[in-house]
Amino acid sequence: MSVLINSSSKILCQGITGSQGTFHTQQCIEYGSSVVAGVTPGRGGQNHLDVPVFNSVKEAKENLEIDVSMIFVPAKFASEAIMAAIDAEIGLIVCITEGIPVQDMIAVKAKIKDSNSKLIGPNCPGIITPDESKIGIMPGFIHKKGTVGIISRSGTLTYEAVHQTTHYGMGQSTCIGIGGDPIKGLNFIDCLELFEADPDTKGIVMVGEIGGSDEEKAAIFIKDNISKPVVAYIAGVSAPPGKRMGHAGAIVTGKEGTASAKYEALNEAGVHTVESLALIGEKMHSVLK
Amino acid sequence: MNLHEYQSKQIFLESGIPVLDGGIAVSPDEAFEIAKNLSTNTWVVKAQVHAGGRGKVGGVKITKDIDEVKDLAENMLGTRLITKQTDINGLPINHVYIEAGTEIIAEYYFSLVIDRAKETWTFIVSSEGGMDIEAVADDTPEKIIRYSIDPSKGLCNDSLRSLAEKLNFMNHLSDEFIDFAKKVFELAKKTDANLIEVNPLIIDGDNHLVALDSKIAIEDNALFRQPELYELRDPEQENKLEEKASNNDLSYVSLDGNIACMVNGAGLAMATMDLIKIHGGSPANFLDVGGGATTERVTAAFEIILENPNVKAILVNIFGGIVRCDVIADGIINAVKSSNITIPIIVRLEGTNVENGKLKLEESGLKIISANDLTDAAVKVVASAGV
Repeated sequence: MSVLINSSSKILCQGITGSQGTFHTQQCIEYGSSVVAGVTPGRGGQNHLDVPVFNSVKEAKENLEIDVSMIFVPAKFASEAIMAAIDAEIGLIVCITEGIPVQDMIAVKAKIKDSNSKLIGPNCPGIITPDESKIGIMPGFIHKKGTVGIISRSGTLTYEAVHQTTHYGMGQSTCIGIGGDPIKGLNFIDCLELFEADPDTKGIVMVGEIGGSDEEKAAIFIKDNISKPVVAYIAGVSAPPGKRMGHAGAIVTGKEGTASAKYEALNEAGVHTVESLALIGEKMHSVLK
Repeated sequence: MNLHEYQSKQIFLESGIPVLDGGIAVSPDEAFEIAKNLSTNTWVVKAQVHAGGRGKVGGVKITKDIDEVKDLAENMLGTRLITKQTDINGLPINHVYIEAGTEIIAEYYFSLVIDRAKETWTFIVSSEGGMDIEAVADDTPEKIIRYSIDPSKGLCNDSLRSLAEKLNFMNHLSDEFIDFAKKVFELAKKTDANLIEVNPLIIDGDNHLVALDSKIAIEDNALFRQPELYELRDPEQENKLEEKASNNDLSYVSLDGNIACMVNGAGLAMATMDLIKIHGGSPANFLDVGGGATTERVTAAFEIILENPNVKAILVNIFGGIVRCDVIADGIINAVKSSNITIPIIVRLEGTNVENGKLKLEESGLKIISANDLTDAAVKVVASAGV
């Protein structure tokens, strides 16, 4: 078992003929992911990486069974690409693209609320269920099929957590890079819920960072809803308060958002927190013993 | 990207949002000329920097003597203003805005911001306008009133009317407020602003609402579709090294420690700074070289790092995912050779082809100290910096 994706997930790549789309889709196929089609407007009817290319997501969906769309479309057009996937009723949309204007994401979130689609990202490494399916840009070989579920806001920090849990022999059930953008798809709480329900996940690693209040909200959720052990690391204890221009940001977030506020909330919820990135694997190993 | 007050007010004016008459000057003589052309008997001289809190530190001066405008401008221009919102070096005052003074009946706080928790725009208003709005938010949060726009429904007239009521705006003031809020919202959408702040919004002597100050911040990710606003960018208000880094596609923030870091990924870069701190050291910078970590980028990163004279040691921390560690090692070796670095460099590599990468570093003949893992790297760099 795993969450969201497994070996039978049928994947469509939006932006498959671009350089990023080509390179990473190739990597996903080599890993064993079941990529069944691509979309690039105007390139319909061609073949690329041995899969058919369609002009639109809708057209692809009419012709093939598709569970997941992986998006490598440039930031300018990425929100339209997500909207097209929502319209085509794709169940899971994984948007790797970084730099999408936040106003575009407000519109995407408003639309996705009334749909059955789930969104991961944008600005994220993607999602992987080791030995089954890799959807995104993470290096596949560092993963090992196992029992730890990983949720992270940062790409390279996800890899560190993966590397350490592999090193200690626990491996991963599924790893979800939720992305670092202020307005995004699945958040910590959504993923915690999925891992709690997954029988193969024995422990959950949460990698957060300063800014926003998602970790604080997750802490409250964990206290009441999560029975599995959670290990958490928050990056940015040493970050100085950011330079800013007006007052509105401070009023909106109040005291939330600092690493110490996040650690405090997580500790209160009984989460096993580590102050050093290097100790994530070790901590989970000792907790699961 | 931040806009200056004078730029924001010009945009307000074009959008039909009420502001006072004024003009921008780069010299005392120009300031005087502008003052002469304003029909008023009170003049306000305002330092133009990308930071709030100007009033408290002499960045806003009022005079009833037109000759004094020149002196006030002269005293400000060419100096640096340090406010609560800047770092210790402050920001250069290269422009002053000369504005017609007005009678103030009441002051309010008004802003429209992209609210990440609500995933939409939120208006924040308060009857406690003026400079200490953050203190108001801390001490008397009930005086801060918010309205988050439902993005699928858009701006709701009733909600705006209720905001106006809560601020005790009656009759024509209520209508003016609703019109003001609507125009600000339209402007935010049009300009990709993630913040429009008016502090204070005032009722003037003629009993009308006017924006006495204005701050607009444009979202960097949207600048590709805001070419006219991008033209308003003022590089003088930005840190030189940070700007150089950004021109090289690097993300750099200067700090006050002595251990420089070069890392791939923003999260890992922050975590590396945290590790240095945990082991008793102090980071000199945040630097994200991004996914590529090519020779060119690594060389540019070394150059930027070494411009900070406080740096005593360098920690390079790279997790090679898609980019192989041996390729990254080549980049580091070439960069070190061409940069002629004399201080200790500690390198921690992990990921694809890591053994090959480490071997290359060892065989390079350069004085590069290889670290086995994250903790080892932090311990070694702190020791090398002589903390």
